[in-house]
Order: sequence, then C-alpha cells, then structure tokens
Amino acid sequence: MAMNYNAKDEVDGGPPCPPGGTAKTRRPDNTAFKQQRLPAWQPILTAGTVLPTFFIIGLIFIPIGIGIFVTSNNIREIEGNVFMYYGLSNFYQNHRRYVKSRDDGQLNGDPSALLNPSKECEPYRRNEDKPIAPCGAIANSMFNDTLELFQVGNASDLTPIPLKKKGIAWWTDKNVKFRNPPGTDPLEERFKGTTKPVNWVKPVYMLDSDEDNNGFINEDFIVWMRTAALPTFRKLYRLIERKNDLHPTLPAGRYYLNITYNYPVHSFDGRKRMILSTISWMGGKNPFLGIAYITIGSISFLLGVVLLVINHKYRNSSNTADITI
Amino acid sequence: MDRCSLVRTLVNRYCAGEEDWVDSRTVYVGHREPPPGAEAYIPQRYPDNRIVSAKYTFWNFIPKNLFEQFRRIANFYFLIIFLVQLIIDTPTSPVTSGLPLFFVITVTAIKQGYEDWLRHKADNAMNQCPVHFVQHGRLVRKQSRKLRVGDIVMVKEDETFPCDLIFLSSSRADGTCHVTTASLDGESSHKTHYAVQDTKGFHSEEDIDSLHATIECEQPQPDLYKFVGRINVYNDQNDPVVRSLGSENLLLRGATLKNTEKIFGVAIYTGMETKMALNYQSKSQKRSAVEKSMNVFLVVYLCILISKALINTTLKYVWQSEPSRDEPWYNRKTEAERQRNLFLRAFTDFLAFMVLFNYIIPVSMYVTVELQKFLGSYFLTWDEDMFDEEMGEGPLVNTSDLNEELGQVEYVFTDKTGTLTENNMEFKECCVEGHVCVPHAVCNGQVLPDASAIDMIDASPGASGREREELFFRALCLCHTIQVKDDDEVDGPQKSPDSGKRSAYISSSPDEVALVEGIQRFGFTYLRLKDNYMELLNRDNDIERFELLEILSFDSVRRRMSVIVKSATGEIYLFCKGADSSIFPRVTEGKVDQIQSRVERNAVEGLRTLCVAYKTLIPEEYEGIRELLQDAKVALQDRDKKLAEAYEQIETDLVLLGATAVEDRLQEKAADTIEALQKAGIKVWVLTGDKMETAAATCYACKLFRRNTQLLEVTTKRLEEQSLHDVLFELSKTVLRSSASLTRDNFSGLSADMQDYGLIIDGAALSLIMKPREDGSSSNYRELFLDICRNCSAVLCCRMAPLQKAQIVKLIKLSKEHPITLAIGDGANDVSMILEAHVGIGVIGKEGRQAARNSDYAIPKFKHLKKMLLVHGHFYYIRISELVQYFFYKNVCFIFPQFLYQFFCGFSQQTLYDTAYLTLYNISFTSLPILLYSLMEQHVAMDTLKRDPALYRDIAKNALLRWRAFIYWTLLGLFNALVFFFGAYFMFENTTVTSNGQVFGNWTFGTLVFTVMVLTVTLKLALDTHYWTWVNHFVIWGSLLFYIVFSLLWGGVIWPFLSYQRMYYVFIQMLSSGPAWLAIVLLVTVSLLPDVLKKVLCRQLWPSATERVQTSRFVSGLPLGSHPLATL
Repeated sequence: MAMNYNAKDEVDGGPPCPPGGTAKTRRPDNTAFKQQRLPAWQPILTAGTVLPTFFIIGLIFIPIGIGIFVTSNNIREIEGNVFMYYGLSNFYQNHRRYVKSRDDGQLNGDPSALLNPSKECEPYRRNEDKPIAPCGAIANSMFNDTLELFQVGNASDLTPIPLKKKGIAWWTDKNVKFRNPPGTDPLEERFKGTTKPVNWVKPVYMLDSDEDNNGFINEDFIVWMRTAALPTFRKLYRLIERKNDLHPTLPAGRYYLNITYNYPVHSFDGRKRMILSTISWMGGKNPFLGIAYITIGSISFLLGVVLLVINHKYRNSSNTADITI
Repeated sequence: MDRCSLVRTLVNRYCAGEEDWVDSRTVYVGHREPPPGAEAYIPQRYPDNRIVSAKYTFWNFIPKNLFEQFRRIANFYFLIIFLVQLIIDTPTSPVTSGLPLFFVITVTAIKQGYEDWLRHKADNAMNQCPVHFVQHGRLVRKQSRKLRVGDIVMVKEDETFPCDLIFLSSSRADGTCHVTTASLDGESSHKTHYAVQDTKGFHSEEDIDSLHATIECEQPQPDLYKFVGRINVYNDQNDPVVRSLGSENLLLRGATLKNTEKIFGVAIYTGMETKMALNYQSKSQKRSAVEKSMNVFLVVYLCILISKALINTTLKYVWQSEPSRDEPWYNRKTEAERQRNLFLRAFTDFLAFMVLFNYIIPVSMYVTVELQKFLGSYFLTWDEDMFDEEMGEGPLVNTSDLNEELGQVEYVFTDKTGTLTENNMEFKECCVEGHVCVPHAVCNGQVLPDASAIDMIDASPGASGREREELFFRALCLCHTIQVKDDDEVDGPQKSPDSGKRSAYISSSPDEVALVEGIQRFGFTYLRLKDNYMELLNRDNDIERFELLEILSFDSVRRRMSVIVKSATGEIYLFCKGADSSIFPRVTEGKVDQIQSRVERNAVEGLRTLCVAYKTLIPEEYEGIRELLQDAKVALQDRDKKLAEAYEQIETDLVLLGATAVEDRLQEKAADTIEALQKAGIKVWVLTGDKMETAAATCYACKLFRRNTQLLEVTTKRLEEQSLHDVLFELSKTVLRSSASLTRDNFSGLSADMQDYGLIIDGAALSLIMKPREDGSSSNYRELFLDICRNCSAVLCCRMAPLQKAQIVKLIKLSKEHPITLAIGDGANDVSMILEAHVGIGVIGKEGRQAARNSDYAIPKFKHLKKMLLVHGHFYYIRISELVQYFFYKNVCFIFPQFLYQFFCGFSQQTLYDTAYLTLYNISFTSLPILLYSLMEQHVAMDTLKRDPALYRDIAKNALLRWRAFIYWTLLGLFNALVFFFGAYFMFENTTVTSNGQVFGNWTFGTLVFTVMVLTVTLKLALDTHYWTWVNHFVIWGSLLFYIVFSLLWGGVIWPFLSYQRMYYVFIQMLSSGPAWLAIVLLVTVSLLPDVLKKVLCRQLWPSATERVQTSRFVSGLPLGSHPLATL
C-alpha cells in the first residue's frame, strides 16, 4: 500500500549520512549470505560418482545378506536359551476399538484411575456397578491357556521342563510403566472396590502366587497388553533356560505338550500355535532380511555394471568435445 | 454580464436535474451560509478527517482476523477437519490437526496484528498532529482528526497538508505556492499551485475569515491529477463571482508545502475521502502459474483423499459383513454404538477415514510456500548487482507472490522512453527555416567555456531569416511549463549562464528542460515566471518580458502544447510546440518540406523531434479565444472534452518555425539485456507512444532488430494503399512459408541461420485489428495477427496510447498458448500494461514513481531485468517447484502406509504412527530442510545462468510442474510408501526381532516405518540439493538429529499430561534390535535407489542443457574427479 511504502522510504531516507560522505543507506550489505555466494559444496549425481557407490552397496549388502541368511537358518537348532511362544492368527489386536480400550493411568497404579477407569474402556469399564481392574477390551481378552512341556522319558514317564515366567516382558514395562496400586497392604486390599474383568476366572491380584509377578505387574499380562501390529502374531510365553553348557537345552527326544484349553478362537476362525525357538543376535528365524539384502546387493552390483557400460559409451562419444578444449 | 447568465443556466440545470448532480458536493467556506435566496443546497454529511488505514480495532481484531483467515480455502478445509475431529470419534486426536492449524493461524494473526498495530500508530500520529484552523478570525490549534469539510486551514512551510484543500491564498504576492508530492507519486520536483484569483488577496486570518464563498466540486475520486470544481465568491450583495477550479487549485493531502511561508486553504475532502486515502485500495491479486498448478495438484490429491476414504469405508463394510469380524467376542461394541443407524455409522466412518488421511494435504505447505516467497524476495532486494549507485536505490518488491513467475516469462513488453533509453535528454540540433543549427559545444563533443557559440552549418540566413530564427528561440524559451528553482531567484538572475544552471530548471518533461537548456547555448536564457510575466535574457543580455496570457497544456492525445503571450510591445503571439504529426496538418505557412525532411532524417537516427510553430493574434482574436477557454474551463461536466475542442479550434493556421532534435541515449547495457532475453527464448516487444522512425531506430540500436531482420510493417501509411485484410494475409504467407521451411530444414532451430522477422505496427492499425466487426471476422484478424507475431522474433508497436499497450498485453495473455507476460515501464502511461501483465515491473525512473508504485517489482535500470529473470527468476522457479513437488511427495510417503495398514487392522482407522509423530512430521521433522532448500538452492552457479541465457528455456512452460513430473513424484512417493510398509511388514511378520526373545507391538511397527520414512524423505532432499552450504548441512543433519533426540525423549519419560503411555521406550527398544538397524539401512537404500538411477540415466542419456552445464562444470571443477574412470 502506498502509505507503508512511503513510510519506509522516509525512514530509509531519513537518517543522516554517516561521516565520510557515503550516503548509501539503502545499499545492500555485501555479505556472502545476502549475495547468495556462501561457499558451498556442489555435488552432482553423475554416472562417474554413482558407479562406485553402486558397487560398494553391492559388495557390502551381499555378504551381510548371506550372513543374515545363514544366521537365520541356523536358528532351528535347539541350543542356548529356548523361547516358548504362543501364536494367534486372525486375532485383530490392532483394531482401533481394541487398541485404545485400556487405561494406562490405571495400569500405572493411579488410585483414582483404579476406581474410575477411563471412558475408553467401554464397554469393559464397569461391571455390576464396580470398576473393572484392569479395565478395557485388551485386558478382558487376555490369553489364558496354560501350556506345559514335558519330556517323555524312556519309560514314558513325564519330566516337566521348568518354564521361567519372568523376563518375558520389557524391563521398562515391568518396572516403570506397569505398577500395582500403591500401599503396603496385601494386593487384595489394594484392589478393593474393583471387580475382575468379565471374561477372567480369577481377579487380577490372583494371577500368580509370586508377589513380584502378581496384579498389574504380572508378566503374562504385560506381554498381552502390548498390542500386536498384525492380526497374526506371536507372544513370548515362557523361557526355558539352559542348565549347563554341555547339554543342549532341549535334547532330541519325545516331548509332551499339555494345553489347558480355555481360550476360544473358533468363533473368529482363529488358530493357535505354540512355537519353540532359539534366538540369535538378530532375533528369531526370519529369512526375509537375508534374502532382501542379497537381492538388493545383487541388483545394485548389476546396475553398477550397466552404468559402467553406459558411462563408457557416453564418455567415448562426448569426450571429443572435452579434449578439444 | 454573461457570467451571470452562465450561473443561472448552471443553477437551472442543477435544480432541474437534481439526480444528475448527486455526484457533486457543495462546501461553505468557513461554514458561512451563502446569502439567503442564493441557492438551496442540500446539506451532506462528510466524514471527519480521521485517516483509518488500520484494518482492525482492538475489539474486532480476533473475530475479523479469524474470519478473514478462514476465508482462504485451505484454512477452511483444515478447520473443517479439525471440527470433524472434535465432533466424531476419530482415530487421531484433534491435537494433530488443531495444533498445526493453531500455529499457522496464530503466526499469521500475530504478523497481521503487528502490521495493523504499526498502521494504528501511524494513523494516530497522523490524526493527532496539530493543525492550524482559522476560527472567528483567530488561529486555533487542533488535532488533525477534528478537521471538517469547510474549515479554513493554515499550513506553514514544510508542513504536509492535512486534507485536500482548495488553495485560497498564499503569503507570496503572486498567489502561488510550491508543493512537492514525493510521498504521493514520488515526484520530488516542485510543482506550482495557484490560489483562486478572487481570494488570493486575503492574507491574514481576519481577512480570510470574512471570506464569503461556496465551492461546488465533484465527489472525491482517486485520480490524483483530475479535479473539477467551481467557487462562488459573494462580494457584498452583488451576484457571486464564479471561478473555475482545477487541479492547480487543489492541494492534496500528503503533499508538502515548499518555499512558501504559509498558505490558507479550505478543506473539501477529508479523512478517508481524500485522494490519497482513495488511492490506498490495493491492486487486484495476481496469481502465479506455479500457484495455479499447485491448486490443480491439490484438487488431484483431494480426489485421491476422497477415493481412499471411500474405498476404505466400502471395504470396511464388506469385511465386517461377517459378524465374527464386526464384533468378535474379545472386542465388543458399546450399546450406543450398536444402536447407531447404519448410514450414520458409514458416514462417520467415511469422515474418520478422511481425517486419518487428511495429512496428504498438509497445512504446513501453505505456510512454507508463503514463508519461502516472503523470505526469498529479500535476496532480490539484497542483490548488490541490482543496486544503482547513481540513484542510491535497489530493487523493490511490492509483492512476493510472483517471485517464481519471473522464471517463466515468455513475452516481455517494454516501454521505450525511460526504459530502454535513459530519458536523459540532450539537445542535438535545431532546424530553423531549413537551416540547421548545432550548438557548438555538443558538436565537438566537449563543452566549451564559450557555450553561446553557434556553428551554422548552412550559410547565414538573411535579415528576415534572422528575425524568424530569433522568434524560434523565443518560442522555445516561452512555450513550456518549466519552473525555475527558487535558489536562483534568491541569487538574482544570473548574467552568464553556465552549466551549473542545469539543475535550476524543473519540469515534468525532460524534453522541455533539454530544449530550454539547449537554447541557452544560442544565447536565449529563460529566467523565471514572475507575476505572470515570463522573463528571458536575449543575446544582447537584455531582459525581455512577456505577459503569459494562457497555457494550452500538453496532453498525450493532442501531443502538443501552446502558450499565448503578449510581448512588451503589445503583440500577442501563440506559440505551439508538438510532435510533427500533430503540427504539420495545422501549418499553413513556412518551409514545410525542408523541415519535414530534416525531421524524418533525425527520427531515423533515433532522435526525438519536436516542431515549433506560431501565429500572431490581434486583440479581438485573443478576446474570442479567452472566452472560449473560459467557458470550457468553468464547465463542470465534460470539461476535458470541451477544453480539447477549444484547443483544437485555437491551434490552427500556424506558421511553421522550425524543428528541434533531442537525443535520448540508450540505457546502459540495454542491447546486451535484450540479446540475452532473446537467447533465453523470451520474445521482446517494444510498445511506445513515440513515432515509428524514432522507435525503429532505437530498436536497431538495442539490437532488437538486426541488420538481417526483415521488417514487416502494418502501419497507417501502408493501410492507405492496401486493405488490412490483404496486408495481413500477405504477411502471414511470408512468415509461415519461412517457418515451414525452417521446421523442415532444421529441427532444433537454434543454430539455424534462419530468416528473422520483425514486425512494426502502429496504434491506428492495431485498433483496426482489434475492432470487432459485425460479420464476426474480427477474431480472424486477431488470430492472423497473432500468427504473424508468433513467427516474428521482435515486434515494435509505436504510436500506442496507454490503454492500447494494455490491450496488446491482454491479447497475447489470452491467446491460446496462454504465455506468461511481463511488462516493464517507467511512466504513468505504462501503468495500465504493468497492471495487465502477469508480472509488472516498474523502472524507478525520472517520470515519477507511478509505474514503480503500481508494479509488482521495481528495478532501477532496464539492465537489471537480465539478472532478475535469468538468475533470480530461474532460482525462484526451481526452488518453489521442488518445494511443491517435494511436499506432495513426502505426504504420499507419510499417508500411504496408513492406508495400507487399514487392510491389516480390519479397516478400523487405527493409526500407524503415534499422535506426536503425526503432528510433528510436517511441522518440524521435515519442514526446515525443504524450506532452506527453497531459499538457498542453486542448481547452477549464478554466473553460469547469466552467461548462458539459453538455460532459461529449460524451465519454460512450467517444465518442473507438468503432469509428467508430478506423476513421477507421486509414483516415487507410492513406491517409497510400499517399501516402508511392506519392509516393516515382512520384518515383523510372525517373528521376533530382539535378541532377548521379547516381542514388539504395533507402535514399534509404526515407529520403524516412520523412522525409515523420515530418513528417506530427508535424504531424498539431500540428493536433490546441489548447493551445500554449511546451513544446509546444519539443517539437514540437524533435523535428523532432532528427530532422534525427540524420539528418545518422547519415549524416555512417562509424560504425566498424557492419558496414554503407548510410546514408552518404544523407540529405544527398537534401536536395541539389530535387525531394525539392518532394516532401516536396507529400506532407505531401496527407497532411494530408483530415484538415483533415474537421475543418473537421464543425465547420461538425455541430458538437458542445464544438466550438461552442471556436468561439464563438475568434471572440469574437479581435476581428479574423472581420472580413475577415464583410464578404464
């Protein structure tokens, strides 16, 4: 607008000239930034610069891929610690209504949230006028089959294999994120005024006899509460620790798996699985990464070769111009 | 007397047709009612003198500002999304879209509020500044805002006028005052205004208070230079004296009083009705081509968004048709949900999907684009190369909306005088009665101390010739509107004119100054205008005095001006000066042929010629003329028309005296600039009001036409011989034949030694072409004309009226290719074309600042256009096109995985990413690198762009935002999204990825996708960056670091204000997993690989000119770069 414009003019023209007589108040500063002449690195992606990169990617990725692939394939041997998983399929733990149906405040031991759970827990918020602890659809649908593993001895006798319940949940979840309601009373007292989730057989304070694995900090419960990303998932159930270095944890032989069947999956066409697996530095068996690395490495190498050819041809045709200079 | 009858007729007209007169107002000077029975006026209400440039008040700021902001489609869209999120149960918290929207709105509001506060401050300062009123014969000081229409005001020297005043009297005896309108139109020259004849004697407050008068004038209108009014002065009981009022009696608000001790005036327009305030109105908004394609892309994305939401909603209900899926035992609905109407549910679901995917149209894009334009325009104003030392001015940016349009220009329409040429006139020669006189000083190319020496080329004329010659010089000395600066008047008349006197003459037309200065060298010096007598010093150093009777002022239609003077001996002369075409038809006597041939020769050399003629008037004749003029001058309606008619009548039967030639030098580097523009594929048209020969000479001089250019003419002269139809068809045949052979012979057409055509057309011929015909064949002519123009490398349009210039621009603008046009000019006559063109550039010139004020950008010199287009325009264009494409790309990357995830979560609108990530992705994780890129990127060095104008062709026709480019970016985004999502999917599918056997959940999955995405998107930009300053390094690596630090912090603490802790330790756990690292490296590599491959292959196999330059520079810049492979 005219007025702003003029005001600016007057301001700029107004101040007296600096001593020395150069009356260039409007003169722009000669700084590298203002003149867009900051020193700069000016890389260009040409075949010449990219070629080595392609080869390097190929040379690095293929060995990595092979390494991963071999590691992944070696996992079947039952050595070292063995991890026992249960798997469910067609179970939508990632459904939005399901994912949000929890109260993190309550699970963190907040006494007010314990008695007045979040609305997000509906319709698993209250039962018979009592707040449900732990509230919500996730807690309500906690996996409650019991898996027991026995080794079948020579005389068909069953030796139970000790399954460790602790160490299956994230350390931070167990120690920070999940907490029982505060107090020194027995757990049952601390959960007073609440009721168990509808589908549960036992209240939350009776999940385990171990005080350190009971209530909200029961690790089976914590593991279940970490909702899976995909409808087919597995969750860590138990650890089978290696007794000594000389013997394999689960030596070859016959085993007997006893499942106490509580958890209904037929209604939604689901499946249950039990997985025993060892773990390498890169986790469980998964051929994907290894194959992907090998593939990408090879493609990259191949592209490098193609580019080299193109570059060579191009160079021959255009070099004449450069030489004449 | 006849004056009384005139009044009566006027009064009758007024009373009879009252409705015709609503657009005039009557002002009682000093609020004194006119004598009873004089006339019955209807009182009107006028605003007070408060200037309100501020848009808001304290109270209405919030509602009004919000309303205005939400009137923008984009903001409104985001508001709707936000409201939907508030109302229905949506997957994302309202914060995710509310926070960015709030941020954007607040920042804009703060900016606008601050600007408004400044305006308030300025308004207050102006409204409260003291003004001297005359009340009851005494001076009273009051605040300016209390001023009302009809108040008598006193203004002292160097004060600005508080409102529009009718100039009543001045402290100067002759009733004049000097005014500078620097703050109105930028002209710093002093202008003389004249007090009303009948009131100029009222010198004191008491006198002025006794004045009894009314003023009738038109209602306010914004034209600064037009005013018609009439004053009735009541003396005693006589009939009132009527005087016409013109713009010379009007003192405008904003102008400053100079060299005059004090003046009295009466307020007629106050406050927002002053001409200055009426000129506040902002110009119509221009939108750039980039903005238009951006909006088209937005619509495409909106369609994608809606179809995504529709697809998902449909699939959701198909999928849910099985009850075990809709409501499995573990995931029951609430009773309320179950009760809900199916259609309502479906609609809510649709809205929820819309909300989930709405980020595909990011709020931040608009902010970033605006910020980029605003900040980017500073680089233009800071440019040292475009700063003009002489004027002490650099480029001005009046709007930053069109920055990138500077890189898209296809047609440049340039004015000639003052734009291509210096508008610094130098008197070259004069031709009196066929004898050519050249001032000696100029002839030898150096200024001699004896500047009055004359070199007569022809033999000395006889006695009568000498008389004529002196008359000619006197004519030039008298026929002008030059003022002499007062400093000289104080010093007294200078006896010996020297070059120091140059600055003494002030005129709105540099030609006049050049003429009067040139005449000095022949011994005639114009001294001053005093008490209506013009004084001049003749060759014998005697002062001659001429009484100035009338001035028939210059206008661009008549193209001439006249004065009527009375010499000391009582003879009355009319001197007329004007363009040859407007003088010759009115001449009855004199050596017309000789002078005409000389004029034509001079015109061909590119000189500006003027012819001078005179006639003597006998007193009776003069009396007739005076009455004629007086009648025309007091007319309230059609005054201009009547005056023009009167002038036409008066300026006849002249005697030709001679002609003058003034040189207007080409601006520095004008030719170089035009050449560069043409190499850049820009067509340059010259539009001028000058005559054909002069203009054509300038065109040759600035290399618009070359020696081998074949000129095609469509001029009035030619049309007299042939019909327009024939001329056009003939020309089009010539042109099209050569262009056909050209395409056959040479495909590239760049290096071809092709026949080059130049077209010359004049205003009259143009109006014939543009004139609509009854039989509908007009469009034919236009098309034909456009066809011819398209095939000409240069076009010259001469004898153009200002509106015709705009017409031409419009014609090209609306032709079927819709080319981007740029108009550049320096004068008021260029304003219409500057406003019409896509980009209007004003040259900060000598003819005032009107062009610069109405332009989008203003530059000090024409030569700066080269850097402005070729360097700045190019940069702006590639920067903003990358900005737009990148924004869409990164949001495809962002949202498409969300879409894919719906297929795996039962179409339940579960989000893949955490709320914080959703919110911050666009406003902090990926915003700064692209903003910085769009400010700093230089894909080619500045010098290269300047040296090689052909690079400009690479971006012509919106090359980087065409559908192909847009689809490539979108597909790249889709590919990347697929890689991110399915990469993570196969990683997570049915396995563990930690070394302790523990499992990850859905949030880890999303975080992995998000991390890969942030890295890819940022690195993609890094790959596109060709200019890595430390700032780029800082921002690109810094924003990645910020992402990591933020994620660590966000997941590292139980945030008490959050109702969920879903992200607790998720990021850290992810980083503790080896495969996650491997996956990140793999997926980023895979995502970037195709783009790198595409770039390298395109550069190698089908390089553009820009890429060739880059490569050659790169190879030569790095001595070792090509070495290892060259040996292969």
